[in-house]
Amino acid sequence: MIWLDTIVQGILLGGLYALFAAGLSLVFGIMRMVNLAHGDLIVLAAFLILVLVTALGLNPFLAVLVAAPVMFAIGWLLQYHLLNRTLGDDILPPLLVTFGLSIVIQNALLEGFSADSRRIPAGGELETASLALGPVTVGVMPLLTFLSAVAVIVLLNRLFYATSLGRAFRATSDDPVTAGLMGVEPRRVFAVATGIAMLVVTIAALYLGTRANFDPTIGPARLIYAFEAVIIGGLGSLWGTLAGGIIIGVAQTLGAAINPEWQILAGHVAFLIVLLFKPRGLFPRAND
Amino acid sequence: MALLETRGLTAFYGDFQALFGLDLTLEAGETVAVIGANGAGKSTLMRSVAGVLANPADQVLFDGEPIGALPAAQVMARGIAMVPEGRRLFPSLSVEENLLIGRYGRRVDGAWSLETVYDLFPILKERRASPGTALSGGQQQMVAIGRALMSNPRVLLCDEISLGLAPVVIRDIYAALPRIRQGGASVVIVEQDIGQALKVADRVYCMMEGRVTLSGRPAELTRDEIHAAYFGVAA
Repeated sequence: MIWLDTIVQGILLGGLYALFAAGLSLVFGIMRMVNLAHGDLIVLAAFLILVLVTALGLNPFLAVLVAAPVMFAIGWLLQYHLLNRTLGDDILPPLLVTFGLSIVIQNALLEGFSADSRRIPAGGELETASLALGPVTVGVMPLLTFLSAVAVIVLLNRLFYATSLGRAFRATSDDPVTAGLMGVEPRRVFAVATGIAMLVVTIAALYLGTRANFDPTIGPARLIYAFEAVIIGGLGSLWGTLAGGIIIGVAQTLGAAINPEWQILAGHVAFLIVLLFKPRGLFPRAND
Repeated sequence: MALLETRGLTAFYGDFQALFGLDLTLEAGETVAVIGANGAGKSTLMRSVAGVLANPADQVLFDGEPIGALPAAQVMARGIAMVPEGRRLFPSLSVEENLLIGRYGRRVDGAWSLETVYDLFPILKERRASPGTALSGGQQQMVAIGRALMSNPRVLLCDEISLGLAPVVIRDIYAALPRIRQGGASVVIVEQDIGQALKVADRVYCMMEGRVTLSGRPAELTRDEIHAAYFGVAA
């Protein structure tokens, strides 16, 4: 039963990684842009939630509702005024600019909040509550994380495939010039996409901040898990991103069950193995 | 006042000048054909009017208002839709989604809706769930035309809609033109097929090397005049 338990915990952990990755996957799928500041934006959102919880005494889940529109606005402005200028045939400018942005966010957070590690209090007994599901016992917070990841991906898929905005996302991704002839303004569509990615980032930040300690410098490490999840899943596939998160999560818990030192390493090894056999990921888009 | 007018329209690709002071007009209800050989500047003209290429504002007038400097999305919102050269369907979208996105920037009620477009091109209704790019060339052209109609445009720009299609398919597509005009759109077609252009147009402009070399009503133009204007040599 110990193995079953390990795998279940790994799947639930995968939900957290999928949440880290879903925003990255969305942005990459629409504008082929890799945002190296994604992890730092998650940490920024976590601090924002922390401030709302500690200063205003809000319940963290309520704080997410307050933080989400703020993060949407940050994402929209960032894309419209800064990142749109970096998009073009050359892939280097967005990488350099978002790398710089990552450093700016980290240092601004260090200035504002110091290097102390923090945690968002989840309130009451939620942090330690657990449920018995047959032979395994799962924590309520990990379960909520996983269910949130599934819900986020279901909603993003609906947005993508069943709304007018989603059609505009896909059309712009295919051919921005022709999309313009349809009345789509690529710059605005990209800004909305990054805004939506920041909504997902806010949800990811809630679970990042309530489940473990965080400090201003942990963003890049989270970015690596997110990247690996996106690449394992196949660039641009949201369900693939969830699968990628789960693979890394399970690999990490299995690695840790064998030897606690192997946790992080096992995740990276699983990533390399998938890349070795499926260089384009598990669910690559047909027309890339 | 003309519905659409270019005044001394110029266009550049870097240092290369593609259009040299074009003066064209399109009256409401008219169908105008622009003919010319490859490289004459026909597509550049269309891309300038549609806002894909930026121009000085007063070089393109729509309803008397300068629109030359507007981006494509804003030109489209005012009611100028384009069927681009090479059809340019979105590969990630189904046939029906390709049609629906045609009204993204301009939701105006009028003659055209999914239903009436399917009525115009019934084959598209059968193929509505297929990816746009899985269709034959002629069917893709129908999607591209339907997509442009979905916004109920006042001006429809058709860039080389017969290029690369079989004659029988071209006939089917041109058979839709009378209904498109009835739907309220004035039409500009760019054609290399002179015979087809003369048949459907109220007026014709012939272009060569970025200039208009001849214009008039098809019935008033002689074969030799057109030949000279098209190829730059007397027949």
